[in-house]
Amino acid sequence: MVHLKLFASAVCAASLLMGSAALADCGIPSGSVRILGNDFEALRVVTKAASECATDKVKITVNHTTEHKNLQVPALTVNPAQYTVALIASNSVVPLLNNGLIRPLDDLVAKYGQNLQPTQMIKIDGKVMAIAFMANSQHMFYRKDILEKAGLKPPASYEDVLAAAKVIRDKKLMDNPLAASDKAGWDLAAEFVNMYLGEGGDFFKPGSAAPAINNDKGLATLKMMKAMTEYMGPDYMTYDADELNKVYLAGKTAIMTQWGSLAGAAIDPKSAAPDIGANTAFAAAPTVGGGTTPAVALWWDGFAIAKNISDEDAEASFRAMMHGIRPDVAKNNPNAAAWLIKGYQPGPGAVGVIATASAHARPYPMLPYMGLLHTALSTGLADFMQGKDSPESALANVEKAYAAAAKEGGFIK
Amino acid sequence: MPHRTFLAFVLPSMVAMLLFIALPVASVLVQSFYVQHDKVLVEVETCGPFDCTKEMRVDPDATRQLRREQPLGKFNGLGTYLDHNHLAGSEVGDMVRQAPDRTTALNEVLSLPFYRALTFTLAYTFIVTPLAMALGFVIALAVVGLPAGLKGAVIYFSLLPMIVTPLIGSLIFYWMINSQGIIGATLQAIFGDPTLSLKSSALLTWITLFIYGIWTNAPFSFVVFYAGLQTVPADRIESAMIDGASAWERVRYITIPHLAPLATFVALVQLMDNFRVLEPIVGLNAQANATSLSFNIYTDLHGQVEQLFGSAAATSMVTILGIALLLTPVLFKAWREFKLK
Repeated sequence: MVHLKLFASAVCAASLLMGSAALADCGIPSGSVRILGNDFEALRVVTKAASECATDKVKITVNHTTEHKNLQVPALTVNPAQYTVALIASNSVVPLLNNGLIRPLDDLVAKYGQNLQPTQMIKIDGKVMAIAFMANSQHMFYRKDILEKAGLKPPASYEDVLAAAKVIRDKKLMDNPLAASDKAGWDLAAEFVNMYLGEGGDFFKPGSAAPAINNDKGLATLKMMKAMTEYMGPDYMTYDADELNKVYLAGKTAIMTQWGSLAGAAIDPKSAAPDIGANTAFAAAPTVGGGTTPAVALWWDGFAIAKNISDEDAEASFRAMMHGIRPDVAKNNPNAAAWLIKGYQPGPGAVGVIATASAHARPYPMLPYMGLLHTALSTGLADFMQGKDSPESALANVEKAYAAAAKEGGFIK
Repeated sequence: MPHRTFLAFVLPSMVAMLLFIALPVASVLVQSFYVQHDKVLVEVETCGPFDCTKEMRVDPDATRQLRREQPLGKFNGLGTYLDHNHLAGSEVGDMVRQAPDRTTALNEVLSLPFYRALTFTLAYTFIVTPLAMALGFVIALAVVGLPAGLKGAVIYFSLLPMIVTPLIGSLIFYWMINSQGIIGATLQAIFGDPTLSLKSSALLTWITLFIYGIWTNAPFSFVVFYAGLQTVPADRIESAMIDGASAWERVRYITIPHLAPLATFVALVQLMDNFRVLEPIVGLNAQANATSLSFNIYTDLHGQVEQLFGSAAATSMVTILGIALLLTPVLFKAWREFKLK
């Protein structure tokens, strides 16, 4: 009896010690970690894991907001910066680089980055400026059951997609089988960028910020985007990515090109329509114009450390983020994203992105002035998509609007 | 009133106006004459997860040096006002000269971003203001005639459109007019057209925005006119009734002239407010079909890469100028009436 009690209390004491060790730090002595990022599931997974490093000496705060792109430049310009870690993507890292707001990570990587793969390092001029932890892209979502009923194979190119849509509509399986995030604004511009990359086009004249989209490839891009709207519901100019998922789960779409980061939500058994989710399949994004490149851009999401902070905070932040992107996190959340982390086995939600990346889709350009072109495309294509403008005139107007903005921004003299 | 007393009364608000209105406007005016410094671009190797390429990058240190030497930026004079995204002076000139006829010239000019926004802004201002005033006046007349018990409830419901936060109101309206929302689906059923969508054509979008504007602006007119209706001289109404005037004639010949100064005031305020329309366009996601001057300023300041302060400042100054031009007739009329007194 006495032995049992002693033994039990010894076990209790041991587990208490072990428990407190698990609760405790990732070995970070002290520092303040302040994270700013976008608001979607994969990022929340990472920051939750990073927050495990909090102790009384290490304070960790997280701000997830879809407005992060508007906040990050002013917040990181002040000294000391309001946030120590910025969660960024291919496009949102650019203003931070342009304004010199993030610090090189080479020494921190050497000390704490043993688990990092070479594909995770974002290097500018030989210096590691950011660490990527997931890849993202749009890819094809389709309803297996509808395609089977129509006797169709999964389409490999956008021309096949159009043909499949026609068959589905003729067989009265669905009125508007296609959907795309053509909402006037950022999404519409992203659709153009995707299709244009698939056509093999380049956005700027080499070595300068002068635009180069008003050519055959640009015209072909616009023609294909317009052709697809034939098979879409009447509100197609107002759908963004979140809306697309809702329309898809309402059973009104058979084939769509949608973000891989939203794939998990589409096949979630707890979603509003689990039977549609069960009948969903993913594939690499379609090619276009007889090319072999999937007509989507590849994106990466990662983090960068602010420059205007103390070295102590920078080290604490880096170590916390390393804890947040350690291999266990990818293993425990295989569907949250297509992780770039060591030892990751893709879950069913990540198949589409992996397939698209394997087919060598081109990355979203990280050029300093790409954002201005993206904005010019956001406003310049709406008229054309509604049939009120010719493709030549739309592209010419986009180029002029971009040139004026680039001149104002100091990229073109 | 002795000048010193007048000054004592007016000084606090004048100081506040100087600090919070005049100085910022002057700062925006100065900003509109400058653009960002030319960025120093260098070619470096950029490696991402997918590939390594040689790309142009901004040299942040060199650019920061330029900014430190000349904080305001590069002087551009009236260049920003005349560039493609604003008044587009040279382009409009070319279009007018080279177009085969007036209609084509007009269409081409109206496809420029600034003129598109200006067209919608003017249409919104000149359609919503009088209709909202008329609706507010009609509601005020109706409420005056109600029995006392009902008045409170009706006034409350009439004020609701103004109380609801503009962005929330427009978001809810947006969901209702969606083709799967209650208004959208009802309209599809009424017209028997399953492809009918209020958001698909420019005309329908504009009409939706106007209806939304009238609905939100009517309560303000209602409140002002309702207060004014309490002061209509009762003896004149009585003598009109004795003379055999109908209700409509009483309203037309006594009430409306009596409320004319109030109508001037409401028109002033509503013209200024409606010229700066922004929330309905954002809430109703209507930017594909309708942009306004304020919306252009909003997109300039929401850039992914750069906040285009110079461009936003130029559009702001043009907006201020536009409002000043709009108000001139109304102010002139009010000044003349004051002089006559």
